[in-house]
Amino acid sequence: MSIWCWAVTWTYRDGRSHHDDVVSPSQGVRVSTVRVKITVDGQDYESDVEPRLLLVHHLRDGLGRVGTPIGCDTSNCGACTVLLDGRSVKSCSVLAVQADGHSVTTVQGLANGTWHPVQQAFHEQHALQCGYCTPGMMLAAVDLLGQNPNPTEQEIRQGLEGNLCRCTGYQNIVNAVAAAAAAMAEGTPR
Amino acid sequence: MTGTLQAPGKLVGQPVPRKEDARLVTGQTTWTDNIVLPGMLHMAVLRSPMAHARVDRVDVTPALRLPGVVAAFTAADMGAAGVPCVWPVTDDMVAPTFPALATDEVRFVGDAVAVVVADTRYHAADALEAIEVDYSPLPAVVDMQAALAAGADLVHADKGTNRCFYWELNGGDYAASRAKAEAGGGRIFHRRYVQQRLIPNAMEPRAVVCAPMAATGEITLWSATQIPHIVRVLLALTTGIPEQKIRVIAPDVGGGFGSKLDFYREEIIAALVAGKLGRPVKWTESRSEAYQATTHGRDQIQDIEIACTADGTVLGLHVELLADMGAYLQIITPGIPLLGAFMYNAIYKFESLHFGTTGVFTTKTPTDAYRGAGRPEATFAIERIMDDLAADLGMDPLVLREKNWIKHEEFPYATIAGLEYDSGNYEAATARAVELFDYAGLRAEQAARRASGDPVQLGLGVSTFTEMCGLAPSRILSALKYVAGGWESSTVRVLPTGKVEVVTGTSPHGQGHVTAWSQIAADALGVPFEDVEVIHGDTKMAPHGMDTYGSRSLVVGGIAVLQAAQRVVEKARLIAAHQMECDPADLEFEDGVFKVRGTPGAEKAIAAVAFEAFTAHNLPDGVEPTLTADSTMDPNQFSFPHGTHLCAAEVDTETGAVHLRSYVAVDDIGNVVNPMIVEGQVHGGIAQGIAQALYEEAVYDGEGNLVTGTMVDYLVPSAVDLPHFTTDRTVTPATTNQLGVKGVGEAGTIASTPAVVNAVVDALRHLGVDDVPMPCAPQTVWRAIQAARGATAKAGRP
Repeated sequence: MSIWCWAVTWTYRDGRSHHDDVVSPSQGVRVSTVRVKITVDGQDYESDVEPRLLLVHHLRDGLGRVGTPIGCDTSNCGACTVLLDGRSVKSCSVLAVQADGHSVTTVQGLANGTWHPVQQAFHEQHALQCGYCTPGMMLAAVDLLGQNPNPTEQEIRQGLEGNLCRCTGYQNIVNAVAAAAAAMAEGTPR
Repeated sequence: MTGTLQAPGKLVGQPVPRKEDARLVTGQTTWTDNIVLPGMLHMAVLRSPMAHARVDRVDVTPALRLPGVVAAFTAADMGAAGVPCVWPVTDDMVAPTFPALATDEVRFVGDAVAVVVADTRYHAADALEAIEVDYSPLPAVVDMQAALAAGADLVHADKGTNRCFYWELNGGDYAASRAKAEAGGGRIFHRRYVQQRLIPNAMEPRAVVCAPMAATGEITLWSATQIPHIVRVLLALTTGIPEQKIRVIAPDVGGGFGSKLDFYREEIIAALVAGKLGRPVKWTESRSEAYQATTHGRDQIQDIEIACTADGTVLGLHVELLADMGAYLQIITPGIPLLGAFMYNAIYKFESLHFGTTGVFTTKTPTDAYRGAGRPEATFAIERIMDDLAADLGMDPLVLREKNWIKHEEFPYATIAGLEYDSGNYEAATARAVELFDYAGLRAEQAARRASGDPVQLGLGVSTFTEMCGLAPSRILSALKYVAGGWESSTVRVLPTGKVEVVTGTSPHGQGHVTAWSQIAADALGVPFEDVEVIHGDTKMAPHGMDTYGSRSLVVGGIAVLQAAQRVVEKARLIAAHQMECDPADLEFEDGVFKVRGTPGAEKAIAAVAFEAFTAHNLPDGVEPTLTADSTMDPNQFSFPHGTHLCAAEVDTETGAVHLRSYVAVDDIGNVVNPMIVEGQVHGGIAQGIAQALYEEAVYDGEGNLVTGTMVDYLVPSAVDLPHFTTDRTVTPATTNQLGVKGVGEAGTIASTPAVVNAVVDALRHLGVDDVPMPCAPQTVWRAIQAARGATAKAGRP
């Protein structure tokens, strides 16, 4: 027998926070699953999930969208970073039920016909080696550039602080984000 | 194979963007954990919370009652299967049995006790909680020196000792060198350095999927491993599953750094459990689990003594090492210090060397290869003591090094450790680094800061390193008692339509082999880069291989690719000559086309020859159909990259905070296939070396608990923790392979740690600091400053 009621809050990089009240739909009955509707990479999914299910496990195991990897269990590494309503979150730190009614963008939805400038720049600047951190790193970079379209090297380094890479020493990642910023500025209609 | 060096090709030498990236930047990857099979079950491992205890009872039945749980297993179900050590470094080495699951005792926090198998990963994790285990605590053994003392508590009581082995290497007569130094008024200089224990942290944790085929007895095992071929052999040897029935696949692998250069218990357990259940089984490690169950690196205590003349000419080197094995031996645990043994003399002309190392058991996670594996430790010790010696002699550290290093005209050079360095130019690399670094300008600034008593002092750190890589000549491995060879294999085939498949025994996990091997093959065959596909990491598709580690892939595996491609061309030449009715020697091969010398217009493209080889309608006598060739490369000698790394560190003497202001790396790795990939390897290597110098340490408490048990507690540096690196190269081609290339995968890590610590110490030397233990965290640096001030004050007292 369990009845549950949560207030869940997460905070974006810029300090803006998001608040949700999540209440068990049928009080007094053991709740095994909850129905959630989540849009992932433009596609709507309706699923029954355990309340404890992490968003990243829902994406990977529930929806088969395995482009988003898992690198740790303490929300340090950022490998599982996705965009939630356009802002970056670590999908290991969000419950699937919290994403109910929201829109998720993963690495698999980043290209829109052609590669996103961040994908292109990561390729051209050799900003990835094993590629495991890359999905999260790129989505963190997309969010960073959304907030700060023309970051300095130091701003890029600080902006990506929540994403760990063991292969590159970060230098080419920093270069790639700067290159993407330049490409995006060029592509923006004046 | 000395001889002519291949001229730079159209693609070889170019910064060609990587083929691998298209999948990786779009999320179309096959990490092992992505694999889902019909009926697949999830396995979870119950691990010991105690460092050392007797296991009195394991009861899995409560777990079996939980939702979704299918089965649970303990040691009794695993038979005799266990992890073998394949590098018995001495005849009398103590090698305890390392069972798949702990039998009577657990010997480190994280030791595997039982496994459960359930329908989902959540149910498997839940079920672990229900397993009941009774432990009777036994004494933890956490200190290597205490472990060797008489009457010490034992990790393996039945062995009667914590000493695993003693191994030594002697060249020249150290006692004579020492006497000579003493007689001439020279220096005998002793230091103790501690290589702290590190956790490798490949971004992808380990994972295993095993699919059995009951009808045939076959199994397919996907593993996040660097060594699918070696895993296959060891799986056959340890489980009794016939080797021909085992297929091991390393799909996309997210980094390794040595931690996936191993054969692990979970690979054995997954194979056995999948076989018992007749269903596919997946196991994926969590990061915190990895911290306990995946090998650690380093953890050595180094006593190093150098004897030199009064003018700073080095004579002899005496090294005694304690190396922490952890509780058990993984496949090459005892061999790691040996890989460093030959590198203590480094680039210098010592006349004698004594190296001895004692392997010690402790109740900790087993150690094994971690990026550089033995060579970073050796390089750290020699480069640190050279800096200390220079300070003691009042010499500039670069001047002391130049006085003692092998001059470029002295190559090939037989070292006191018994190796032959084929090539190098330490003068050129150092000159370029000094120029990029503005060494003189920074020295002037350092003097000014010292003079003004600036609270932020500047230190310059030097590291002029070499290393031995390209593992390895099989005959040398044999002499070192390693049980396998060091060759690498390739097959190159031109398909009927002219497209090319390169099969390689290397197993990339971030190194870009698909791109680099495509460059090599495309140049050799004269076909477009895009037309080459590289097949790797699957023992069924690429059956022969020794895999990827020890900066071996290009200098061994890449050369095998080149040789196989050249054999394809030679076979094609015979077919082309037959069909064009000319002598094979009259054909020139250029840009993928055979042309009859002196007969314009008479030509045949290799793609056309491939189709002829496929139809086999008109082949010369003795030439078999298909345009394919194999090659195996067994190197004659190691590869010896070198370079000069210079680091400028600002140290706040009031807080101990270290800020790396600039870092210059000039590496000489001979010719390069892809300079973009090379630069990436250097960057990442430097980052990992800096991480050891400043940030990372696996800490155990007195009870043997891993205090740094999660990523929260273990500082893997992020982008803000690392500086911009200035990198450049000098080019002294290797003479030991056709391409003139040298290994680069570990160079940055080997070079950078001493450069950084030398810089930190150099900033503080005028305060009386002559060492700062790693990692040089603010508190550690601050304490070193306080200790030196205290000592100075005491010494100054009347």
